[in-house]
Amino acid sequence: MMQVRTVEIWVGVFVAAGLAALFMLAMQVSNLTVVGDDQGYTIKARFENISGLKVRSPVTVAGVRVGRVTAIDFDPQTFQAVVSMRIGAAYNQLPLDTSAAVLTSGLVGEKYVGLEPGGDMDVLQDGGEITLTQSTLVLEQMIGKFLFDKAESGKE
Amino acid sequence: MGPFVYMAEEHNPPLVQVRGLRFARGSRPIFDGVDLDIRRGQVTAIMGPSGTGKTTLLKLIGGQLRPSAGSISVDGQDVHRLGHRALYELRKRMGMLFQSGALLTDLNVYENVAFPLREHTDLPESMIRDLVLMKLEAVGLRGARRLMANELSGGMARRVALARAIALDPMMIMYDEPFTGQDPISMGVLVKLIRSLNDALGLTSIIVSHDVHETAAISDYIYLLSDGRVVAHGTPAELGRSSSDWAQQFMQGLPDGPVPFHYRAAPYADDLLAGREGRG
Amino acid sequence: MLDWLAQLGRHGLSFFERLGRGHLLLLALLRGVPGLLLRPLLVVQQVYAIGVLSLLIIVVSGVFVGMVLGLQLYNTLVDFGAEASLGPVIALTLVRELGPVVTALLFAGRAGSALTAEIGLMKATEQLSGMEMMAVDPVKRVLAPRFLGGFIAMPLLAAIFSLVGVYGGYFVGVGLLGVDEGSYWSQMQSMVDFDDDVMNGVIKSLVFGVVVTWIAVFEGNDAVPTSEGVSRATTRTVVHSSLAVLGLDFVLTALMFGVD
Repeated sequence: MMQVRTVEIWVGVFVAAGLAALFMLAMQVSNLTVVGDDQGYTIKARFENISGLKVRSPVTVAGVRVGRVTAIDFDPQTFQAVVSMRIGAAYNQLPLDTSAAVLTSGLVGEKYVGLEPGGDMDVLQDGGEITLTQSTLVLEQMIGKFLFDKAESGKE
Repeated sequence: MGPFVYMAEEHNPPLVQVRGLRFARGSRPIFDGVDLDIRRGQVTAIMGPSGTGKTTLLKLIGGQLRPSAGSISVDGQDVHRLGHRALYELRKRMGMLFQSGALLTDLNVYENVAFPLREHTDLPESMIRDLVLMKLEAVGLRGARRLMANELSGGMARRVALARAIALDPMMIMYDEPFTGQDPISMGVLVKLIRSLNDALGLTSIIVSHDVHETAAISDYIYLLSDGRVVAHGTPAELGRSSSDWAQQFMQGLPDGPVPFHYRAAPYADDLLAGREGRG
Repeated sequence: MLDWLAQLGRHGLSFFERLGRGHLLLLALLRGVPGLLLRPLLVVQQVYAIGVLSLLIIVVSGVFVGMVLGLQLYNTLVDFGAEASLGPVIALTLVRELGPVVTALLFAGRAGSALTAEIGLMKATEQLSGMEMMAVDPVKRVLAPRFLGGFIAMPLLAAIFSLVGVYGGYFVGVGLLGVDEGSYWSQMQSMVDFDDDVMNGVIKSLVFGVVVTWIAVFEGNDAVPTSEGVSRATTRTVVHSSLAVLGLDFVLTALMFGVD
């Protein structure tokens, strides 16, 4: 029979390793590090087209993840998509004239919102709205436009 | 069932009373109306051929099985009417020695004997140690306390189990085939132990066995069971003089008698001829 | 024909009988759990036997599963120029699916079968019956600690498996095949969600832990007390709990990820 103490130590090591693994999964592998929902502030942006963007899609500044999309609504007056984003409290220095674009990571990657800070001295507050937006690039439209231009120039 | 003498001594009622016990396994009846009295302070043997359900009887007394009819009372309590908690309280005062010993294989001898003490008492370690060594001394295995359960011979395992059974100072001990498969020496040791423990600790013992001589030598009273009934009972001397053919055959180990040597079959000659004709 | 129907009926009845006994045992096990808080050492010993002793196979399997995922997914993704997605794909596969499921299957084979064999042998050698006669409830003393031990050990093992797998994939993807280290981790962090992915994986492994230990404990306790009966019960534990894990995994996945 094994010594009780040895068993206890091993179980302690095991439980600690298991919890550490969970902690690592949370910190290293998943996005828990970026934003806690209770800390931070919400801003909105209106887009003509956000196809592919989802709730929980990342929001980045200069490629760094600063928050995520919390809600996507449709404004029936303007026929625009209203995207609500929760930004981490640490990133509260975004200028008022920050612009937002729906971008794609890689050719087939997921959609995300990229923020491009402007030069205004005032910063975005909770509930603030980004006015400068650029919609997602829809591949089919781009190809269609490209072919159309080609045909036009061929005629001349 | 025969004339049964209810020896109800008012001042000292039997410790165990079995009345009209019926029990069946599937459709096969094991007990078909059994009455028994186990008197306090005595060694009572319950004997019968293999397969008469003697072990089953012990499990019924211990409340592990439930009879289809009849009642069993131990120390005035009807075993099968007790709730879970009360039954477990009663079992603390009963010891049972299983045929295999039923020692816990992941514990050594010392821890096995200490097991019921640790489970049921909050005694300090020093007192548990004293008690365990005392019980082991009683069965002569104090020196074997570091051995693991699987390092023991069959006879030693039974003695350890006996030490464990008396750890909580029970009022009675039930022995399930204590002599089966023992060499003569360990058999002698067990025979002596059962009797001397019974007398020294003021126990009541029930032995289930088919080893006639060893059992008869130490028991005060014997019940013979066959086909789910008590066929004879009395002191060993009374049974030796019994006029019952069955009792005589069993007690003397005769190969033929009321229990025939041959299993029920068609007449021998018919069987042989049938085979010859059938196959041409 | 009637015989056949009768046989079918008999099998059906015995199936439901076992199912009923299994659920009664589960109730008894759950009732036995609170008492264990007073005797943590019993549980610690089982966490050792079930968890610590399964650690080696879990870690080794985790590393290899992660490395194989790294190789296979890299070769597929590189055709699309999407090898930067290697990290998130490996992590999602492990955290959502392979971590809980493969751990549960290994757990059934390593710990579940050992539990059944141990309990079955204790039954066959009358140890459980002997305890009952010593007024010790074997459900509380023997079965419940094992059940709780499995419940504690399983999610921890699954977490270790997933993490080790992610590093196995990292070793192959980043170390051998030259995927950019930064994108391996940052893509992973942006794609893997803690609540949706990691926690759902943990929930899965908790469910699997309960089911596998429950089946193992039940089969051991329900085994025919002979060596043949115990070996049959051990086989049944592995087969039934593996099937239960795979079936439940589909149900849980549909519940968690099926409806967006």
